[in-house]
Formats: sequence, structure tokens, C-alpha cells
Amino acid sequence: MKEIEKPEKGNQIIEEAAQAEYKYGFVTDIETEVIPKGLDEGVVRRISALKGEPEWLLDFRLKAYRHWLTLKAPTWGHVHVPDIDYQDISYYAAPRQKKEGEAKEIDPELKKTFDKLGIPLEEQLRLSGMAVDAVMDSVSVKTTYRERLAELGVIFCSISEAVKDYPDLVRKYLGKVVPYTDNFYAALNSAVFSDGSFVYIPKGVRCPMELSTYFRINAAQTGQFERTLIVADDDAYVSYLEGCTAPMRDENQLHAAIVEIIVEDRAEVKYSTVQNWYPGDKDGKGGIYNLVTKRGLCRGDHSKLSWTQVETGSAITWKYPSCVLMGDHSVGEFYSVALTNNWQEADTGTKMIHLGKNTTSTIVSKGISAGHSQNSYRGMVKIAPKATNCRNFTQCDSLLLSDTSGAHTFPVIEVGNDTSVVEHEATTSKINEDQIFYCNQRGISTEDAVGLIVNGYAKEVMAKLPMEFAVEAQKLLSVSLEGAVG
Amino acid sequence: MNALKQYIDLFDEYRDLIEAQSPALLNTLRISAREQLETAHLPRKGSEDYEATDLEEVFSHDYGVNLNRLPFDADPGETFHCDVPNMSTCLYYSSNDAFHSSPTAERNIGQVVVEPFSMAAVDYPELMTAYFGKLAHMSDPTVALNSLLVQDGLFIYVPDGVIPERPIQLVNIFNAALDMMVQRRLLIVVGKNAALKLLACDHTQSPDYRYLNNQVVEIVAMQGATVDYYDMEESTPLTSRVSSIYVDQHEGSNVLIDGITLINGFTRNNYHVEVNGEHAETHLLGMTIASGEQHVDSHTFISHNAPRCNSNEMFKYVLNDKAVGAFAGKILVKPNCPRVEAYQGNRNLCGAPTAKMYTKPQLEIYTDDVMCSHGSAIGQLDEEALFYMRTRGIGIDEARRLLMQAFVADVIDGVRLDVLKDRLHFLVEKRFAGTLSNCAGCMQTCRPNNNNQ
Repeated sequence: MKEIEKPEKGNQIIEEAAQAEYKYGFVTDIETEVIPKGLDEGVVRRISALKGEPEWLLDFRLKAYRHWLTLKAPTWGHVHVPDIDYQDISYYAAPRQKKEGEAKEIDPELKKTFDKLGIPLEEQLRLSGMAVDAVMDSVSVKTTYRERLAELGVIFCSISEAVKDYPDLVRKYLGKVVPYTDNFYAALNSAVFSDGSFVYIPKGVRCPMELSTYFRINAAQTGQFERTLIVADDDAYVSYLEGCTAPMRDENQLHAAIVEIIVEDRAEVKYSTVQNWYPGDKDGKGGIYNLVTKRGLCRGDHSKLSWTQVETGSAITWKYPSCVLMGDHSVGEFYSVALTNNWQEADTGTKMIHLGKNTTSTIVSKGISAGHSQNSYRGMVKIAPKATNCRNFTQCDSLLLSDTSGAHTFPVIEVGNDTSVVEHEATTSKINEDQIFYCNQRGISTEDAVGLIVNGYAKEVMAKLPMEFAVEAQKLLSVSLEGAVG
Repeated sequence: MNALKQYIDLFDEYRDLIEAQSPALLNTLRISAREQLETAHLPRKGSEDYEATDLEEVFSHDYGVNLNRLPFDADPGETFHCDVPNMSTCLYYSSNDAFHSSPTAERNIGQVVVEPFSMAAVDYPELMTAYFGKLAHMSDPTVALNSLLVQDGLFIYVPDGVIPERPIQLVNIFNAALDMMVQRRLLIVVGKNAALKLLACDHTQSPDYRYLNNQVVEIVAMQGATVDYYDMEESTPLTSRVSSIYVDQHEGSNVLIDGITLINGFTRNNYHVEVNGEHAETHLLGMTIASGEQHVDSHTFISHNAPRCNSNEMFKYVLNDKAVGAFAGKILVKPNCPRVEAYQGNRNLCGAPTAKMYTKPQLEIYTDDVMCSHGSAIGQLDEEALFYMRTRGIGIDEARRLLMQAFVADVIDGVRLDVLKDRLHFLVEKRFAGTLSNCAGCMQTCRPNNNNQ
């Protein structure tokens, strides 16, 4: 009998992947302006002053800071966030800008960083026609395609610029979906947020390109607290992408962001995330604590908000992108793939709050646990008594790839009337051995087979991602699984 | 406000009296219960696993407690006849929390031991000491409260290899001319390869008083044992019940627990199952039909601590008017427990705009080679099915009733006792027809004094 040879290419990919581990783990050596560690009112005032903010925003920050002092970190998640010393973190780190006059040119080192990440900042080199806002540590470094978008009336800039250029808009919407009283990390972010993206799509405009923000933590011993605010006015449409990476460090770094989205009448927002913060090494050393509050308000009738996320990074993920469906006939969607390996812990899911009549929501969550990781889906579907004829369908599946990993689901469903229908399904199992055997028979190694099966399993969610991200996300799944089999 | 304080004060004041009226074994738990309650609080609405239920409010009422163990005048066997037609059982009564046996109870003599704790402590001291209070978690304040004040209970023991001819029926009756709280307690030990079928039903005879039943049941199913426990509640809108059932399953045991709530006021049922042996099988079934302002909350926890065992849960609720239903269930599979199969289902019908349902099905899995799933749905009757029936001349009310009966039928079909199954179908039919208003409605169909079956 002749032994079937494994395809060379397959081996090559595995070798590459094995060496690759976390390919975004480099550190960029650029001058960074960091304010000293520690947090008090003075620091909050200093951040505000550094950014030249108006009085009302400083007030907002101070209120948030004082409220934060009264709160305790939440402990209900199925994650083990150690006691974080909030005085041992620097709350503001900015790549040092050149002096006036040279400001338009961005630092070549910085450009290299974003080139390595595959973020084409130079517009002439761009092929995909995507507008990018790049945020490094605490500040937004460069936003591309601004002028072209401005012709349509689309505002896409960093939130600090928006505060200066469109103060009324920012003031009208900031903190309206996620108030600073929302939770511990939201209060902290509201007090010290440094930058982020601001998007405003005016009435009737369909944004012609995908908008994208790329977040990167670079400086050591800093936390990243960015804030994104997206407003889609009546009949508007925008697809927004978010990506993130961080260097490999032994220490843990904190990322506590807020994303607020407001969707008006008949508008639609599609928000996609590929989260690939540094997950820590094989022994669970280092990695980012990703403690994020994301929420969208479908305020208008017939509005639609769709969250798609691929979560492969971070040592700890605590994240629940939610939809408040306030307008009648509004639609909320949540598609998620969360992959944890080694010692990662992820507690992620969504909340769908149905307040308007005839609102519908769909939740599809796929969890994959390998190594010693813990992966939880936590969700809530709430139908208010006056929200009649609502519909929700939830499906959460978990795949276990090792006997030391864990997969958990914690859904909550509350229905307050007799015309709504809510369905929830969840399954947990390991990869079907028959499927692996089938692949083996046809010369596909077990590792490749697992990669194939996992990608097939996550396909439903991947299909919702924009093209550019789908390819990246698929590769990411295979790389993150490296070493998880056998 | 802390409702527990009034009970701690009561205990402190009457400790001697409580202990004097109880078997010595029961007194051994009181100190740790007292310590536990010192810092405990009853869960309020919104607490973890109590999304819709406020125990503080239920316990804060000023209930009477029969510390002197005063006998009640009427013999329940004389005044109450709840005999399932065509089912030959050994009947026991508990009037509030005092136990009586009826003439039919002698049928299983020599096979099964059914005794109040006061007797069992003398007759079976080793068994009582080995199992009493060992499963129930004192960290639950209602269990600690039960342990603090309980003065008697019922001990059921089926020796190894014994399969009794007849099921045991336990009728719990509330009957007192004052608001009253009782601490019911059951300890059930089923020996190796033995079997037990137990049907317990809760009734309230005086609809004008507020009653609270704070019940703790501990069930030990030894290797290869089979236990069927049917727990039916058919009380009044003023009756509250907090029931905690703890089960310890050994290798190859098979346990079925079926909780049925037809009429009640406020009910919280906790089911806590520890599956400690391979090839054990667990079935948890629940059916609730609630209208008016009935409140039914079920909480289940099945911990798979051994490989190759399986569990199956199905809870169904039909809610009308302002009824509130809640279900929270968790399946835990511990590390190194491969080949576990666990299924959990919760299906609910909301029949009125003011009815509310909360559900929280959960899975917590630490082993990869398992098959676990849960499903939960809240919805209404199928409009097309209703239309179909109406086109065939069935009135809308009748059609709804038929569909609701069909909806709960599979929970009833899980009952492993044919005569009880028929009886439940009948009761459910009456319940949906609105003719089952209280126990009296049930009694009309029973055959009084018919003990010769």
C-alpha cells in the first residue's frame, strides 16, 4: 500500500503559522509623549488641557471621574481580571508630533508601523478605496480620504478634531448611548478618553466607501482609552471597520474603550471588528485586557444596526456590543466568532433591548475554545411590555478543541408581552471525529482539517464581514489555532 | 430591612422550646444555620438567579410558627380524600408539617420505611446521621432558615434491592386559622438497585390565610437505584412555597423529578442535582400553568461530576393574565467528564399582554468530548393551527385550550406512571377549562374513602 504524501504546501503553511504566532508583536521606536503614571483630577484636567478641550467636555470628564471613584470593578464576568492598579498606568501617550508647519507630514517610523500592519496611509498607494483613521496609543495619527468624504458631507475625523470643528454635534451625541454612569470601565473611559473616531453621515447619504479605524497600543505601561462616536442621520448608510493590534509585552495592558452609535430613521450602520490585541504568550504571560463598552441606539423607525465581530486576541475580553431598538420596525444584528487559545479568557455577547414595536433582532455567536482557555457567551434579550410583535432568534454554538478548555453560555431572556416571539438555541460539542477522519483519508493533516472545519463552522459569521476583513479574519482563525490540536 | 432577623430573634428567644420538641439530630445543624443567617440576606428581585423573584418580600410577612407542635384538631385522613382513581398508593398526609399515615400506608410495610424524623432517629440512627443535612447547602438562606427552625420531617428509606409494589403518595395540607409558615423537610434514601415512586402534592384548605412552605428535600439515589419524584402544587393565591430539592446520584442511578404547578400564589422551586456516578441518568421535568397573579420561578442546576452520564431537562410554562414565570437552569460539566450528554429545554407560551416570562438557560462546560445543548423559546399559539381548527368548527376558546394542552403534553408524557399520566391530563384539561379552582375542585372527582383499589 502506498502511503499518501501530505501536500507540501500544507506543511509550509503550518510551519509559517507555527513561527508566526503573533505577527503584530513588534514595537515601534518613535518618540512618544507620555504623561506620568497615576490618576487624579489633575491628570483628567491635564489630558483635557493637552487636547485644548472646551469647558463642557472637561466638566463631563470630571463628573465621570468623580462617579468612577464611587464604583467597583464588576466581578460577574466569567473572567479573572486581577486587581488593576489604576495608579500604575499612564493615561496619555502620544507619538510626538512635529512642530507647526511640518504637521501634515507624518513620522516616517509611524508610517512604517502602519505599513507593517497593512494599513495604507498614503492615499496614492491605496487600492481598496477605504478611508482609514489610525489611532496609535492615545491619539489619532492620520485620517485618510477626509476631503473626498467631506464633499458628500460625511464627517470622518478623530474625536479631538471633531470636538474643535463640530462641537455642537459632539455635544449633542456624546454620552447619550453610553452614559458615564453606565459601568466601571465606561466611567473610567469617560474621564480619561484620549482619542477615537467620529463619524457623521448626513441625511440621505450612503457613504461610498468603508470607513475604518485601526487601533494600536505601542507605548509600554500605558492604557488605551479611545472613544468612537458614529451618527447616521435619516436614510444614511455606513459600513465601519475596526481593527486592533498591540506589541508583545510581558506586562498586561489595559484597553477600555467606548463605542456609541446612533441610528436615525431608515438609516443603517454596519460595524465590523477584527480584534487581535496581543493575547499573551503560551503560558498566559502578558496580553491586553480588553474591557470594552459598545452600544448602539436605533432611535429611528426602520433603522438597522449590525455588529459583526471576530475576537481572536486579548488575554481577557469583556465586551457586549448591544442594540437598543427604540424605533418601531428597527433591526438589530449580532454576529460573533470568539476564538480563545492558551490561557485566554473571553466573556462576550450582546444585549438586544426591544423598546419599539415590530422590532427584530438576530444573534449568532460561535465560540471556539482551545488550550486552557475559557470562552463564554453572555447575552440578554429583553422585550418591553409595549414592544409588541417583536422577534428574536439567538443561536450560540461552542466548539471545544481541548479537554482543558471551557465553553459556557449565559443567556437571559425577558419577555413582557404576548405578541413577541423569542427563540434561543445553544449547543456545545467537540469537533466531529468522523469529519477529521474523512479529511485524513483524503490526505489532509489533522491540523489542516481542524482549520477547515473551524472556518466552516464560523462561515456564517465570516460571510457578514466586508471582503477585506473576511480574508484577514480567516487567516487569523487558522493562526490563532496553531498548536491547539493534538 | 432584613426579613431573616425576625426568625433569628424568634430562634434566640425560643431555642430551648424548639430543641425540646425536636429529635436531637435536628438540633445539631442549628448552630451553623444560625451563624450562616447572621450575615445572610434573602435575595431580592434582580439578584443573581432571582431576576423576577423577591424572597425578602415573601419572608417579611409576619407568619405564625407552630413551635409548640400543637396538634391540629382535624385528622386530615378524615377530612381530605385525595386519591388518584385507579392508582393504588400508600397514602401519607402532612398537616402543615406534622405527619400522619392512613390505613393504606400499611400496604408497603416490610418493604419501605416511611417515618417521621422523630421515629427514624431512633429506628435508623446511622442512616439519619449519615445523610441528614449532608446535601442541602446552608449557603442558601432559605435552607439555613429551614435548618434553624425545622422540628420534624419525613424519612423515606427503600433498602437495597427492594422494589415496592405501590407508589407512595404524600399529601401536604395547609390548614390553620391563621397566617402560618412551616419548615417541611424530607430525607429520601433509595438503596442499591432499589426503586421508589413518590407522588407529593401540596394543597391548601383555607384560602383566606397566607401560608408559606419553606421546604427542603434531600434525595440520595444509590448505585442502580431508580427514583421518581412527582411534586404537584395545587394551592391558593395566598400560598407561597420555596422548595429546594437536592439530589445525590450514584453510579447507574436513574432519577426523575417532575414539578407541576397548577394553582399557586408564589412559588420558587430549586433543583440541585449532583451526578456523582458514571452511567447515571437524570430527568428534570417541569410544567406550570399560571394565570391571575401567580408567580412561578424554577431554578435548576445539574452538575455532571462523572463521565458517561446524561441528563434531560424540559420545563414548560403557560402564562395568562398577569402571571409571571421565570426559569433559570444551568448544566455544569466538570473537567475530565467525557461522554456526557445533557439537554435542557424551556418552552413558554405567553397568552396575555400583561404576562411576563424571564428565562436564563446556561451551560458551563469544562470537558471537550460532550454533547450539550439548550433551547429556549417564548411565543404564542400557532395562528395557523388555530385557524385550521376554527375552519373545522372548533370555537376559538376550545381551539386555544386544545393547543395549550398539546403544548404541555410532552411534559406529562414524561411521567413514568400511567395512571398518574391520565390523571394529569385530566387535571390539566380542567385547569385550562377554568373548572379547577382549588382543591375542592379536585376533590369532586376523587372517590372519597375509596381505599380498596
